[in-house]
Amino acid sequence: MSTRSVIVFLLVVALLAAAPFVVYPVFLMKALLFALFASAFNLLLGYVGLLSFGHAAFFGFAAYVSAHVVKVWEWGPEGGIVAGTAVAAALGLVFGWLAIRRQGIYFAMVTLALAQMVYFVSLQASFTHGEDGIQAVPRRPLFGIVDISDNLSLYFFVAVVAVAGMLLVRRAIHSPFGEVLRAIRENEQRARSLGFRVDRYKLLAFVLSAALAGVAGSTKILVFQLASLSDVEWMMSGEVVLMALIGGMGTVWGPALGAVVIVAMQNYLAQFGAMVTILQGIIFVAVVLLFRRGIVGEALAFWEKRRKAGAADDTASATLPERQGKAAPGE
Amino acid sequence: MTEIFGVPMPVLLGQILIGLINGSFYAVLSLGLALIFGLLNIINFAHGALYMLGAFVAYWLLNLLGIPYWGALLLAPLAVGVFGVLLERVLLKPIAGLDHLYGLLLTFGLALILEGVLRDGYGSTGMPYAIPDGLKGGFNLGFMFMPTYRAWVIVASLAVCLGTWLLVEKTPLGARLRAATENPTLVRAFGINVPLMITLTFGFGAALAAFAGVLAAPIYAVNPTMGANLIIVVFAVVVIGGMGSILGAITTGFMLGLIEGLTKVYYPEGSAMVVFVIMAIVLLVKPAGLFGKAS
Amino acid sequence: MPDLLTIRDLHAWYGESHVLHGVTLSVPEGQVVTLLGRNGAGKTSTLRAIMGAGITRKGSVQLGDSELSSLAPHRIPRLGVAWCPEERGIFASLSVAENLALPPVLLAGGMSTEEVLDLFPRLREKAGGQGTKLSGGEQQMLAIGRILRTGARLLLLDEPTEGLAPVIVQQIGQIISVLRERGFTILLVEQNFKFASRLADRHYVVEHGQVVDCVERADLAAGRGRLETYLGV
Repeated sequence: MSTRSVIVFLLVVALLAAAPFVVYPVFLMKALLFALFASAFNLLLGYVGLLSFGHAAFFGFAAYVSAHVVKVWEWGPEGGIVAGTAVAAALGLVFGWLAIRRQGIYFAMVTLALAQMVYFVSLQASFTHGEDGIQAVPRRPLFGIVDISDNLSLYFFVAVVAVAGMLLVRRAIHSPFGEVLRAIRENEQRARSLGFRVDRYKLLAFVLSAALAGVAGSTKILVFQLASLSDVEWMMSGEVVLMALIGGMGTVWGPALGAVVIVAMQNYLAQFGAMVTILQGIIFVAVVLLFRRGIVGEALAFWEKRRKAGAADDTASATLPERQGKAAPGE
Repeated sequence: MTEIFGVPMPVLLGQILIGLINGSFYAVLSLGLALIFGLLNIINFAHGALYMLGAFVAYWLLNLLGIPYWGALLLAPLAVGVFGVLLERVLLKPIAGLDHLYGLLLTFGLALILEGVLRDGYGSTGMPYAIPDGLKGGFNLGFMFMPTYRAWVIVASLAVCLGTWLLVEKTPLGARLRAATENPTLVRAFGINVPLMITLTFGFGAALAAFAGVLAAPIYAVNPTMGANLIIVVFAVVVIGGMGSILGAITTGFMLGLIEGLTKVYYPEGSAMVVFVIMAIVLLVKPAGLFGKAS
Repeated sequence: MPDLLTIRDLHAWYGESHVLHGVTLSVPEGQVVTLLGRNGAGKTSTLRAIMGAGITRKGSVQLGDSELSSLAPHRIPRLGVAWCPEERGIFASLSVAENLALPPVLLAGGMSTEEVLDLFPRLREKAGGQGTKLSGGEQQMLAIGRILRTGARLLLLDEPTEGLAPVIVQQIGQIISVLRERGFTILLVEQNFKFASRLADRHYVVEHGQVVDCVERADLAAGRGRLETYLGV
């Protein structure tokens, strides 16, 4: 990390530490966990170019597993998270293995359909308790010793988990592994001809993304003490897509910001019922039509343009266009 | 009484009938999706919402204007078709040529808006829509009792599917459509107004969805969420069939409805999932889909 | 003869890449004019720019008295120009007969389907088959044949001999002569100079997206050496 990113990181840590004394901790925890969920999702969409429309399956089913082992098997919260994450990763392995056989929109449809299967399992299986969900999940002491029963102490635990998860996503994106993923996104054929086993990379990215979505889902039950159907529904898959899209799917932190925006909006509009759905739909349409790069993406592009305009005098036209035009057909 | 694997014949036939009805809706919807995908390269996530809108327009026609079922069967697809034309011109045209994913995301947003607006106005409980007088009751086939309306749904869907197939595969207009699916630039260079064709195709697909919605209204009641649950199954149907062939979309739709009906008889818990399981198997065995061409 | 097609300072782009840098040329009515040049010189792009097919363009393209460059692509053929693309563009999902009937008749005076089939008798035998099951030569004949019905006076033919056996090349040459006699005006893109030199009334040489030379049929004897240098033969 450069000095500047260290400073930014320390600032963020300070901000996160101070936040619960200003803002309601439950809201913060929800926002942080969705930020992790969106970042995990974006690893696939933003960096491999794969749109999963079924990420609710990993998020929601991990929540069920975590809630079940904590409530019924009386495991600690850390055990719940590990179990939920492991199941999400396993699910991700199977779904990814199936879905990467198709590309583009078919990939989206396949993941959506597979996730709907998980929804039906959750609806019918006995351990999930159908429409009721798993309620009153206890907040046991962390590692058997650290008390997290009040919201403030739980907040610090959740913040650590979420930030660690997001840093892992960032690390993956900036690693050689992430370079290969980007190469696949830009030109799968070329990546393959360079000798990369493209399907392995895609699958690994899928599993990592699913597992981190699982971390978010299985931690969420500690906050709300509830695992319910709304977390495995297709609507949840759509929401995480929206978060990444509005924040900026090609950026590392955009989805996290998008998550905060959407969670805040849901909070304010909760009493208006269907209004939330309508507004989310409008945002989808508006982002696709007007600012496809998302908030962070547009901001970066604006910044880049200004920087270029400022530097244009000394390095005239030394910059390449952002994206090369398509190869000319015919000649 | 005759039994097949321990299931009485009338029960089995009854479920097959229900399966065929679901299959009718799968077929009509996946047919529209395939047509739209062919020309626009967009997976229309709002297709379920347009189906739901068709049912709502029928409901409004009856309750606000007193126009009965038969009028609705004509007017609702027309109205939703015009709505589809507007959607294409205003929202989809600007993103033509971009990555396919944007079309999916935009139409997903549209689906949310449509569903949200109607849920805001009508809640999530369904509103009944009576079976029209001429189609009430049923008739005895000798081995089972056949409700007239259900028979009508199957016949009407088959007729619409067959008509669309003939239009696309056997007419000069269909030839233009197929050609534009392959190479729109060249077809346009022959002097054919391809952008108009694209708009009308989207409108036609929307009208097909609305037609299915009107057919469904007396069976499932009119409900803002009726399209969302259906569209996901239809997506799975489309993955199974592959979108390359009209006949493939129709066949796959009816076939999967039938399989779903049979599953309800022998393993009721699995009936909601069987389509998705079949999709997974098809992806393993023939990733391009049963009727798809390898990409 | 007056010019049927006049192109002045035509620029064109595929996305960001600038492929034509001010093409200027004219095609007299009733004549055959070739565009010669190496791969990537801008010959195909010139034809595409005339049709507005998948390319952004700027400059003037005049057909008779009409300016084409500001028209929507599907309005251009209605003024009497038809294009036979390099890749032939035979549709796999259409039968031979459907391929032949696909381009609509836009102006009076085109050939009838029967006349086209008389010109290309092999297409008649295979009318029911799939378009892309034809041999390369047959596909080329289908691609030329189907635009003869439309009533277009100007034909843009993009390398009709590419990849074909010498016997077929000869047949295509004969057909182009027949079309010329029937009064069609033809702008022909070619790399096969020997083939082009027998047919054309005028040759333009395209290099780096510009017309760099022009040789009339009458000056061919003197200009041949120059043209061969351009083409690197």
